[in-house]
This record gives sequence, structure tokens and C-alpha cells, in this order.
Amino acid sequence: MITAGIDVGTGGVKVVIIDGSKVLSKVKVLSDAEEAMAIQNAFDQAVSEAGISKDAIETIISTGAGGKNVDAADDVITDITSAAKGAVFVIPEARTVIDVGSEQSRAVKCNESGDVVDFATNEKCAAGAGAFIEAMARAVESDFEKFVSLYFDSQKDIPLNAQCAVFAESEVVSLINSEATTADISRAINRSIAERISSLTRRVGLEEKIVLIGGVALNKGFVDALQKFLKTEVSVPDDSIFVNALGAALHGQERS
Amino acid sequence: MAEGKEFFRWVEAKYTNKDIDWKKAEVIAAGVDVGSVSSQMVVVADGEIYAYSNTRSGTSSPNSSNKAAAIALEDTDLKLEDINYIVATGYGRVNIPFAHKSITEISCHALGANFMYGPTVRTLLDMGGQDCKAIRLNDKGKVTNFLMNDKCAAGTGRGMEVISEILSIPVTEIGARSLDIDEEPPPVSSTCVVFAKSEATGLLKDGWSKNKVLAAYCLAMSNRVVDLLARIGVEKDFAITGGIAKNIGIVSRIEKLLGVKALQPQHDTQIAGALGGALFAQALWKKKRAK
Repeated sequence: MITAGIDVGTGGVKVVIIDGSKVLSKVKVLSDAEEAMAIQNAFDQAVSEAGISKDAIETIISTGAGGKNVDAADDVITDITSAAKGAVFVIPEARTVIDVGSEQSRAVKCNESGDVVDFATNEKCAAGAGAFIEAMARAVESDFEKFVSLYFDSQKDIPLNAQCAVFAESEVVSLINSEATTADISRAINRSIAERISSLTRRVGLEEKIVLIGGVALNKGFVDALQKFLKTEVSVPDDSIFVNALGAALHGQERS
Repeated sequence: MAEGKEFFRWVEAKYTNKDIDWKKAEVIAAGVDVGSVSSQMVVVADGEIYAYSNTRSGTSSPNSSNKAAAIALEDTDLKLEDINYIVATGYGRVNIPFAHKSITEISCHALGANFMYGPTVRTLLDMGGQDCKAIRLNDKGKVTNFLMNDKCAAGTGRGMEVISEILSIPVTEIGARSLDIDEEPPPVSSTCVVFAKSEATGLLKDGWSKNKVLAAYCLAMSNRVVDLLARIGVEKDFAITGGIAKNIGIVSRIEKLLGVKALQPQHDTQIAGALGGALFAQALWKKKRAK
């Protein structure tokens, strides 16, 4: 049976189409102002890459911050449900799933079936999400990819006092005026986010295996800092950004 | 209003009371408040406001305090050396070269508000550049309890500056424009100023006017501040200090949510901290002299 999962995040729309447990296609489209257009484009592209007709899709499940905006969806599930389902599928031993996206982050405790046991989310605030790192990259006027990778070029642990991204920006500006290098600031920012995500995760407990998904999982400096704060290994699956969409598609399989 | 596209710019101010001859004054004291966003200096001559300045803070606290002092004294023949005693307060207070002592801004704001609004003030809301404080005080202007939010830009001057830049609306016009609407919209879902960009863009795309978006922000910010006030309890009289006390959109919504009117300010609401500092300085000098 063919099902589709559509994850409408603030950073982009991700679509995964599966047949049973076989992935037929996965597509990501950046969502600019026109979210509806991005959803349509991502879905059409995924259908075409899967080499199927739209009618062959039995069930469409949407998830993510804009999940409710997918008109074609048969059902909408929360990103907590989809994160647990998808993560346990890609890494069966996963029991704690950390999802750090552009505007939201969450820690989910789950069982071997990928069902949610407990969860914690950050408040409606950029502190502890990808947007924080983006704002800081802008503040130091550095290319985002370059900025995050500079983490490994610094050995200094400069503490960042501000939690709010707006205040952190002024703090970063004064760091630039002192002796800190861009690498030092990259390290400070990644550590600051990692520390916040670490305390969020501790609220649900640290049960192995710990799996990190979401766009920020691609940032290796953040992963390194998070492992240090959690004092344990964190696994990042391939295609970590598609885990929620995959989880939604899997939910569709179970639903039918 | 400054030229160009600096929508966050607010009006800097200075004042001199020409009716006062400082040379005849027994005690001349000053307070300098170096905040994260703005700096002020207030000079009091025998307990009356003689001169003040309200300026934008620079990158270093000593420079900000020097600027505030230079502007406050600009239209007078008073020199820094003529001032008997100077108290520094605010975020940068430990780093002021010419100050004799530093006192926390909570104490200074309470004493300043007691002078500005009279001894009936029991609850003070100070909405500063990077924090927001709910202060309870007695008839002497002494702090009895306080709560502070310095973790989040929502409801602070800095937050308002960011909103003004996002919507390309001068920060000084936000309040009035947020009230120029047909019907009060629901508050925005997140007070996070960083998320404001995507949410505001979405609302504008849905056909909301900029004024309506501002109304939704002012309401969300007001809700947040009122939560802080509710935690400490609001006893009349109620007064607001700081830059956002000039934002009628925030003030009127706070008043409506609390069901309490704020006292009308007679002075620039941003000078409360420096004024309190000057009053402390005056008392400290008198005490020192009596010895």
C-alpha cells in the first residue's frame, strides 16, 4: 500500500512517499512566503519521482507547524507523533528522539513501536531552535554553513549569558568588539543551544538510544556540543530532515 | 525623526530649568543611568530637577555616561566637577569613571517614580531597553518586592525596535497606529520577536493592515507584561516608567487588562532611574557632610 507523509515546517516542506516499508521518494522544497505553493510543488515532485500516479496513494498524512494547511491530507498528526514513529523506523533502538527544527525543538521519549511515552517542547521562542543560530550568523555577517562549521576551529568556551536571540545578538556584537574570533562565537552559539536542548531532553529522561533529527542535526558542531552536555552518544540518521515526513507516511500505513 | 531607514530611532531629549540658579543651591547631585539601549543623566539642585539628558547608549559604558553628562550640562555653565555627588545606576553602572557610588536600577527607579508620580505610587512597571520590571514600593519610594524579566525581548524597548524595523514603521508611531484599527484583533500566537518576522509576513499576506499587525503585537506584549504584574500583585496607584511608557498602544492595553489607570507622567519617563540615582546622591552627600 502506498502512503505519503507531508511535513510542513517553518524552514521547508518535506514529502516522503512509501510503499509498505519501502521509500519510493523523498523531496524537500524550501518554503518562502507562499506555503501553499511549496506544499503543492513538493508533493507533485515526490509523486513524479516515485513514478506513480496520484491516485495510487491510499492515504496522505500531514505533520509539522503547518500540517493543518495541507488540504489534501486525510489526517493531521503532531510532529511529536511523527518524530517518534519515523525515528524508531530508521533506528529501531531509538528511545529518546530530539528534534531541533528552525523554530521549534522537542524531546520525545518513545517505545519500540515508535509510540510516544512522554515529551517536552521548547516554549514559543527562538532560544533553543535553529532560528537562533541563523540570527547569530547574520549578526557576525558570516555565511551560515561556514559559521556553524567554524565551531571546530575554536577551543575556547565563552559562556553566552543571553537566552533571547535578540539580546544574544547584542552580546555577540560586544564579543566581536572584544577579542573573540568568529570561530569562538560559533562555538559559543552552538554550545548555548546545545545546553538548552540538553536540559529540555533531561526533562523526559535520557534513555538510550538517543537520536537527533531535524535541520539542526546537520550541524556537526551542534551535535558535538550536545553529546558533551548530555555526556552520551547521539545518533544522527541519514536524511535526518525527512524523519518527520517518513513518520507521517508510516502512520498512514498503520491507519489504513 | 532621524532620516533614512532607521525606524528604530526614538527621540533623544535634553532639558534645563532656567528658573534655577545652581550657584545658589546648597547641594547639587546627579544620577547617571547607563542602560543597554539608552543612557540618561539627571542633575538635581536642592531637590529640584535642574537638567537632564536622554540619549542612545553607545558600545561602551564610560562613553555612554560621558555622552549623557555632556548633553545634560550642554546648556548650563555647570561642570561635572561642580556636582557634589554622583550615583551611577543601570546595566553599565559599575563602569562609570566619574561616579562616586553605584546603586541598582530597581532601587533608583522606585525612588525616581516616587518623585515623578508622588508618594501614592505602590506599583511601578519599568519597561526598559532589555528588561521589564514589576516593582512594589512604599510611600518613601523604597522597594518592598519586585519581579523582573530579562530573559526575553518581548515587552522590552529592544523588542519594539525590532518590530519597527520588520514593519518599517517608526518606533515612536507604533502605539498610535496600533490603536488606529476597526476592531481589536486576537494577539499574535508567539511574543518571540525573532519569530515576529515570519508571523508578521504571514498576517500581512492574509490581508491584515500593518496597524492591525501592530495591534496584535501590542496586545501580546501587554498580556505578557500583565502576567508579570499579576504575579507580584497590583496595588493602586500604578505608574509606568521607561521608554515604552511613551507607547500609548501598550499603556492603554495594559490599563484595560488590569482595569487600573496609570498615573500621567510630568517628565520624560526614561529619566526615572537617573532621577532616583540623583536623589540617592543628594541624600548620600548630605549624610557625608553631616559627619
